[in-house]
Amino acid sequence: MFRIALFSMLNRRLTVVLAILTVALSVLLLVGVERLRTEARNSFSNTVSGTDLIVGSRTGSVQLLLYSVFRVGNATNNIGWDSYLKLAHDPRVAWTIPISLGDSFKGFPVLGTTADYFKYLRYGDEQPLHFTRGGMFRHTHDAVLGANVANKRNYVLGQKIVLTHGSGDGALSDHSDQPFTVVGVLAPTGTPVDDSVHVSLDGLTAIHEGWQSGSASILSTTGIYAADENRAIPPPETITAFYVGLKSRTSLFSYQRKVNQYREETLMAIMPGVALSELWQLMKVAEQALLIVSVFVMVIGLLGMLTALLTGLDERRREMAILRSVGARAWQIFLLVMGETLWLVSIGILLGMSLLYLALLIARPILRETYSLNISLYWPTRSECGLLLATLLAGAVIGAIPAWRAYRMSLNDGLSQKI
Amino acid sequence: MQDATPGQTAALIQVAGLEFAWPGTKQPVLHIPSFSLKPAERLFLHGPSGSGKSTFLSLLTGIHLPQAGSISILGQNLAALSGGGRDQFRASHLGYVFQQFNLLPYLSVIDNVMLPCRFSRLRRERANDVRAQALHLLERLDLLTVRNKPSTALSVGQQQRVALARALIGAPEILIADEPTSALDAERRNAFIELLFECAEENETAVLLASHDQHLATAFDRSISLAEINHATVNRHV
Ligand SMILES: Nc1ncnc2c1ncn2[C@@H]1O[C@H](COP(=O)(O)OP(=O)(O)O)[C@@H](O)[C@H]1O
Ligand SMILES: [Mg+2]
Repeated sequence: MFRIALFSMLNRRLTVVLAILTVALSVLLLVGVERLRTEARNSFSNTVSGTDLIVGSRTGSVQLLLYSVFRVGNATNNIGWDSYLKLAHDPRVAWTIPISLGDSFKGFPVLGTTADYFKYLRYGDEQPLHFTRGGMFRHTHDAVLGANVANKRNYVLGQKIVLTHGSGDGALSDHSDQPFTVVGVLAPTGTPVDDSVHVSLDGLTAIHEGWQSGSASILSTTGIYAADENRAIPPPETITAFYVGLKSRTSLFSYQRKVNQYREETLMAIMPGVALSELWQLMKVAEQALLIVSVFVMVIGLLGMLTALLTGLDERRREMAILRSVGARAWQIFLLVMGETLWLVSIGILLGMSLLYLALLIARPILRETYSLNISLYWPTRSECGLLLATLLAGAVIGAIPAWRAYRMSLNDGLSQKI
Repeated sequence: MQDATPGQTAALIQVAGLEFAWPGTKQPVLHIPSFSLKPAERLFLHGPSGSGKSTFLSLLTGIHLPQAGSISILGQNLAALSGGGRDQFRASHLGYVFQQFNLLPYLSVIDNVMLPCRFSRLRRERANDVRAQALHLLERLDLLTVRNKPSTALSVGQQQRVALARALIGAPEILIADEPTSALDAERRNAFIELLFECAEENETAVLLASHDQHLATAFDRSISLAEINHATVNRHV
């Protein structure tokens, strides 16, 4: 019976191959979308890890997250250096990372910070930052490039770069009097770190000395501040935000309250995980729409297969009558058609998954480079297996329709000559 | 139920008080008070097309059940068997030849011939060496050279002979043929019937052949018209 089924299918190979392809492509899309969705969400929610709180001037939590983590938009207000020092010296605090934003380099944001950035910042699964080349900044005019910045034009260590005051189209003028030296390049992280140029807070202070409200003063254009690396730099007046790691997570809320109730400035502290999921909620609609579309593609694919099977069935009436005449039972006819559908769907699923892994293998480097999206290769997860099982079940339900028809037909037609 | 051994009755097929209407129709197509086929008999059943010959034959094969009356084959009352039991019974004791398109296009000639032995252990055992008997039948029917060809590559006459070989493999007790010669021209018609008789005799198989073509009748032991035995036809033409 199995041999008969096999040869029967080979006889209709074009239809069969098309049916398999339909299922395979639907599976590819469905599981591919599901996987991209999960990976995007994971990579997104792992942008910062290990940081208990992010402190900035009071605004919406999503907005604070956007500019302090994703370097999108601007801070409405800065934090005074004094306030930062006071809050950072709280006994509950293990470490802080001050960050200062505002300048840019060829469209990439420039982030002023301290050595603690490289020591304490974590992303993904609590992973620290690594240098692929060079190391941390030591002098005032040293710069550390994120992976994407370095790759963009193949910057080498020792190369001089000139930062731009401001960012985006409104960027005003270059800090050409005080170029920075590339001293380190970070390994790719799949987070906004890859797109950042890191300099010391001193460096930022130095290039802005003598500047008033966004334009270079006559004094600074003479290059008077440029030369000396060892010149004493005063502490910055303000910073944009700072990341906080606490000694114990039990003090999270009490420290957060302290920040929120801070008198001298209106500040706020957000938990990055909470803010990240708030931000993700905003994108959820699009994400779910995508999944729904791919589910529909799957349904359409299966219906397409049903059409092909039902059309094929009329041509197979003869085959059924012959099989009945040599003694095939009605249920064997049912199984013949049902088994065929299940087989088609199974092969389609296998082919679709193979195509998916092939596509992932090819698209991985592209996704990483272009979208900073790290897609790892892993066996199907439980939810993916669920999707595949649902596909198989849907295939079984759909396969039962032509199988039942064939069964009824073989009972009704019997041996009568239907040509 | 499997391969039920028939009781020793005089008739291979015994029909009594049979009434049959197609599902969804009120008028019965068949009302046959009595009909029988004796062992090793060659019976010709004729009637114009549409008179119900194919319907009658499919009742004899147990594909459909009559609404009234009984059909016993080899002493086995078909109505007493389950659906699967009738399928098994058909596979074991009946060979069937259609008017045309008898073969599965995706199987080779010899695989088509061996098909019934896949569905019936009895016929498998009777054939002893299935392949050897298939080859023997093909040789008898002058088909040895085409045995490995796909069945679609054969002429209509060759296809009908392959169907005959398939119907006879494993020596079933009864060969039922429904207009097996209608697709053949007059010359080959007689040659086919001759071959059919020879091979049937070799396997001790009784023949029941239905056709609208009266000319075939002469070669048979007995010839009956469906109109004679079927009382329903009268009603239909009122
Ligand atoms: N599967 C079927 N369902 C309903 N009616 C049928 C079916 N097969 C045949 N009939 C009807 O039964 C009658 C007898 O047909 P049939 O047995 O094929 O005659 P014959 O074989 O003598 O030409 C016809 O009126 C035909 O329309
Ligand atoms: Mg007919």
